[in-house]
Amino acid sequence: MAIDYIPRSFTIVRDKERCIDCGCCVRQCSNECHYFADDGKTVLADSQNCVACHRCVDLCPTHALRIEKYICDYRENANWTAQYQQEICRQADSGGTLLSAMGNPKPYPIYWDKILLNASQVTNPSIDPLREPMEIRTILGRKPERMTVEEKGKSTIKMPPQVVLETPIMFSAMSFGSISLNAQKSLAMAAKNLGTLFNTGEGGLHPDLEAYTDHAIVQVASGRFGVHKEYLNRSRYVEIKIGQGAKPGIGGHLPGEKVNVEVSNARMIPVGSDAISPAPHHDIYSIEDLRQLIWSIKQATDNTKPVCVKIAAVHNVAAIVSGCARAGADIIAIDGFRGGTGAAPTRIRDNVGIPIELALAAADQRLREEGIRSHVSLVAAGSFRCSADIVKAIALGADACYCASAPLIAMGCHMCRTCNTGKCNWGIATQRPELTKRLNPDIMHQRVENLITAWNHEIKEIMGGMGINSIDSLRGNRLMLRGIGLSEKELQILGIKHAGE
Amino acid sequence: MLKEGQIRIPSGCAIAGIIDRKGGLINGCEIIKSIALMHDRSNGLGGGFAAYGIYPEHKDEYAFHIFYDSAEAQKKCEEFLFKHFNVDEAERIPTKKIPAIKNGPDIWRYFARVNRVRMKNARLDESEYVMQCVTKVNDAFEGAYIFSSGKNMGCFKAVGYPEDVGEFYMLDKYDAYLWTAHGRFPTNTPGWWGGAHPFNVLDWSVVHNGEISSYDANRRYIEQFGYKCSMQTDTEVITYLFDHLIRHHGLPTNVAADVLTAPEWDEIDRMDAQKKEYFTNLRAIYSGALVNGPFSVILGSNKGLLAINDRLKLRSLTAATKGSRAYFASEESAIRVVCPDPEKVWSVSGADPVFVPLEINEKEDA
Repeated sequence: MAIDYIPRSFTIVRDKERCIDCGCCVRQCSNECHYFADDGKTVLADSQNCVACHRCVDLCPTHALRIEKYICDYRENANWTAQYQQEICRQADSGGTLLSAMGNPKPYPIYWDKILLNASQVTNPSIDPLREPMEIRTILGRKPERMTVEEKGKSTIKMPPQVVLETPIMFSAMSFGSISLNAQKSLAMAAKNLGTLFNTGEGGLHPDLEAYTDHAIVQVASGRFGVHKEYLNRSRYVEIKIGQGAKPGIGGHLPGEKVNVEVSNARMIPVGSDAISPAPHHDIYSIEDLRQLIWSIKQATDNTKPVCVKIAAVHNVAAIVSGCARAGADIIAIDGFRGGTGAAPTRIRDNVGIPIELALAAADQRLREEGIRSHVSLVAAGSFRCSADIVKAIALGADACYCASAPLIAMGCHMCRTCNTGKCNWGIATQRPELTKRLNPDIMHQRVENLITAWNHEIKEIMGGMGINSIDSLRGNRLMLRGIGLSEKELQILGIKHAGE
Repeated sequence: MLKEGQIRIPSGCAIAGIIDRKGGLINGCEIIKSIALMHDRSNGLGGGFAAYGIYPEHKDEYAFHIFYDSAEAQKKCEEFLFKHFNVDEAERIPTKKIPAIKNGPDIWRYFARVNRVRMKNARLDESEYVMQCVTKVNDAFEGAYIFSSGKNMGCFKAVGYPEDVGEFYMLDKYDAYLWTAHGRFPTNTPGWWGGAHPFNVLDWSVVHNGEISSYDANRRYIEQFGYKCSMQTDTEVITYLFDHLIRHHGLPTNVAADVLTAPEWDEIDRMDAQKKEYFTNLRAIYSGALVNGPFSVILGSNKGLLAINDRLKLRSLTAATKGSRAYFASEESAIRVVCPDPEKVWSVSGADPVFVPLEINEKEDA
């Protein structure tokens, strides 16, 4: 057996006093860590391929299993960490680009954790969300410059298409292919019941999701998989994906093994063929080209759908957002560098792009300086871990937020970050029928709904504390934020004061 | 200590307003009596009045009321004024020395018409030109502050209790068809005269009680359109919102009021189709202009008087009518002290702004 030079990551610890050799773990583990010994009765484990997904731990009927970090010390070196050494070994072995899944795990500053929220005391009463209506309804879409009326109570303006959400939280793009149909269906059902939207990603729209098209964002990405007129029209809005926070500047690659008949139909590509999304859209080499695509989509949908442009948060994000707004985008989504992914080259994921907090603050401010912020909607994406992150994003200037990792965790994801292997034991990031059937949309949509409902409650509670009863008055209200432990420059970019000021 | 404009200072307050919609004149004594009754709602750190119809002999000229901290500031400001306007009259505003009001600035007023040549060169319409000139003085000339810039109206304000401020300016010598008044209770104060209410720009004057929690959302919204919230006060941002909606967007006053105090979605969802469309569009387009948190506001203008209250009714505001007069005050007692037998008394509700339009058109009248 060839030496792979890399010690394993985890150890599966089995409590032999508890284990009844039932074989549940053997059946559950797609990484084939658990197996029956030669006697055909005793269950053993080989930890080499364990990814710490906890499927076996959570399902073990006697709670006999535990995963622990496998520690195999290297000689200490702050520069040549174990991770860099192991990655070199993997590349020496394969000659390939390193791939990773989920968001950037590096210890870059997380500004959400360095921003504190305000509350009312004495001069301004806090509002009790149990007593008073607290409004989190959010309306996305292009807004005319001014209202026109015949008289009070009678509007004479023709509004461009608007999207009414009952929460500022939407689900971000995850394609059928990267995640299972059952996972997508769970999100679609939850979106419908919550009054919000899910996003098909670039994988086309599976016929099983027809019932949820009023709650679907359909994506047009550089590969144009599954894009046709009906697809564009079976949506609440259309999103042109220019970039993704986890992998700015590059395209995507769905390996042929994942392209089964269902995926092939939805994407309109042959079974077994690799689905490659090019790095750029080959019909968009400039802002004026983007304008043409936006208008083409508006034509194809008879001006009934807002068009969103999603970009990755990169250095010049403010100017790019402004350009998108002027090119006709009704909604602009900015995806920060901690945003998740099914698969991205590790070096890109960990080194390219900027945090959503800074990108959002800069873009919102820029649009205001140009006097066009009120005309378009801004959606922030790129890792929202809890409701407080959402409140902070809205106070910085976002209209709404895209969340993906959080609802996936609600469905069982344990952030083992091996989505790219297609062996997801929770039936989320896989197309294997024996795995996908583990995820029951009828149950899982409820967990996702519970999560967002809980966050909605928390958002209302935080708003009430601030003395605000409409999310409209939270949006861009940066006086509600204070920085903690931030430099003058960071405060300036975020447009907030320091705590104590 | 930082003064208004360098720091945001929340305040509690008393407000009052009286209008005769037929244009009948009301003596300054009445509004003083009304606001004086609510003495305990202010703390002596700011009081003021706005009066409409007080300069009939100068009704086509802008009446600039200016605070000067020094002769130097006055010289610079006058240089600017004389260049940008044709000034017909300049005088100290008559005041009476009283013990309660001290350490004030020098207070002047000017009656002026715009310099048309300069205005045309600036390619601005008249009101925009005047507003930009006022903003320029207040921003750039240290020690000079234009606190009133409308036609046939004027603001009078100072650091002190409102009844003392009224006596100081001898408001019993003025008759107006519309009065508003304010007593301030700032939570922390440098005692700057410019920080007292009403806040005025052009013909708009705003007196306000409360602390709006949407302040920064409103400020960042309105600053998109060339306004600069240099005072960092609620009154300033509310005044600009009205000015923008009414003057730039051409909305009727009562529609602008609907923008600031839009009904809740629960309520809108139950409305008939036409109203639902109206409010949905209004809220979608002007989400940044929705005002949140406790407030009661009286907006005076040459079109009439508008009283609005916050959506949750967190601040008190009572209205009453008798004959051609309408009365507004933070407390009902402050109305009854000047009008003991009103025909109708009600509490202004958040979702139902009260607009009392002036039923005479001054220009036609002349």
